[in-house]
Amino acid sequence: MIYQGKQKIWADYQKEIPDDHWFYVRSCIRQNFFPGAEKMFLEICRNVLHKDFYETASHTTCGGIAYHCDTIPQETVMTIVARQFALMTEAGYENYVASCITSFGNYIEILETWNEFPELEAKIREMLWKACRREFNKPKYLAHASDLIYKYRNLIAEKARYRLVNRHTGEPLKVVEHIGCHYSKMFPSKGVGGAEYPYVLCGMVESWGGNVIDYPERRHCCGYGFRQYHVRANRGYSISNTHKKFESMEPYHPDMIITNCPGCPYFMDRWQYAIAEMEGKTYGENGFGIPVFTYEEVAGLVLGYDPWDLGLQLHQVAVEPLLDKMGIEYDPARKYEGLNRKDILRPELPGVLRCC
Amino acid sequence: MDFGFKISPSSAVNLDNADLTLYNRLCEVEPDITRCMACGSCTATCPANRFSGMSMRKTILDLQRGKGKEVVKMLSNCMLCGKCSMVCPRGINTRHLILSICKLYKEE
Repeated sequence: MIYQGKQKIWADYQKEIPDDHWFYVRSCIRQNFFPGAEKMFLEICRNVLHKDFYETASHTTCGGIAYHCDTIPQETVMTIVARQFALMTEAGYENYVASCITSFGNYIEILETWNEFPELEAKIREMLWKACRREFNKPKYLAHASDLIYKYRNLIAEKARYRLVNRHTGEPLKVVEHIGCHYSKMFPSKGVGGAEYPYVLCGMVESWGGNVIDYPERRHCCGYGFRQYHVRANRGYSISNTHKKFESMEPYHPDMIITNCPGCPYFMDRWQYAIAEMEGKTYGENGFGIPVFTYEEVAGLVLGYDPWDLGLQLHQVAVEPLLDKMGIEYDPARKYEGLNRKDILRPELPGVLRCC
Repeated sequence: MDFGFKISPSSAVNLDNADLTLYNRLCEVEPDITRCMACGSCTATCPANRFSGMSMRKTILDLQRGKGKEVVKMLSNCMLCGKCSMVCPRGINTRHLILSICKLYKEE
């Protein structure tokens, strides 16, 4: 698609994002997959940009995984979400930001359902009151955490220590952006840039000096898809999806992948190992894979945080080739040291995918 | 390494590599083919479909993807009863189209 066409679509799909005072809810799985990502989001928003972000230890799952795996009905999810909204109301906030794409899609779907069926909202209010004696206001603004980083992208660029530029050639890095399916495929008007060409990650990449590459399977699912992975018999379908994406992006020689969903970075990272073992094929240079990052990790890298403090040692695909390209300084000896210099042990190295 | 699951072969069709010479010639002989909207009414009403898998909808799709061999094999199941022509909402004479496809593709 020609660039001017995309710009028109992007102009049609812009949403209002308040600047400050957000109630933040975490993802169930991101803290296990990429533990530095959510920590870095709060670090950037609170300590670098000095914004007001509140989170409470009382919040729970949104029920999204169980809902999309068909194990609980939507009314149950609605009651769980109503409790989250009650926590926000009790804390005195009106702007709600979710770390997880599935949660974000869930919240929008629920608010739209309540909008169409007010009697259902009344029923959920009653169920919540019976269950835990709580009441709630609906959020005035609902955003995904990547919307916030998108909004602050130029502020981050002003404070950036590194740029998404190859320091050896001076060329912008070639970046694949991958948006979680539930971000805007269900409700295009709720995502920055719409469903076909979401702008949320493109905006970050452009602001931080990189070059977004377009490839045929750009909008294809990462392969996670809940039931495609959680049901073991379907896992071949999951990895086939991921394989299709990598085959499609390979001719464009991407330097890195940036994602905004909990599942996408995990599966695009880990399946590269599985594909290498099954087919003997790797997609990066010199036997390495293509490093996959969350947008918070990329923001942390350009702001100059230590890669190992960002938790990049927990990626399956080695990130060092990209760090070298960007000219980021790191201590290889510290790779397997966790917080407080604690030794987190060394993993067994894979047979095909080069990791060091 | 055996993970207990496998990568399925991709069903993606690269249209840049597809040979559409015959399809383009067919479009000149039977311009009606470009009016097909792939609704599948022809396939739904085809009496040969249930026992042979005959599908006019799939035939047209295969033609557009340059899969001539599959088309000739598929059309060998057609009984030329003409029911597909009767139900086509675009008024395409599918019976005549089938004869033209067979003539053109078998010549090659």
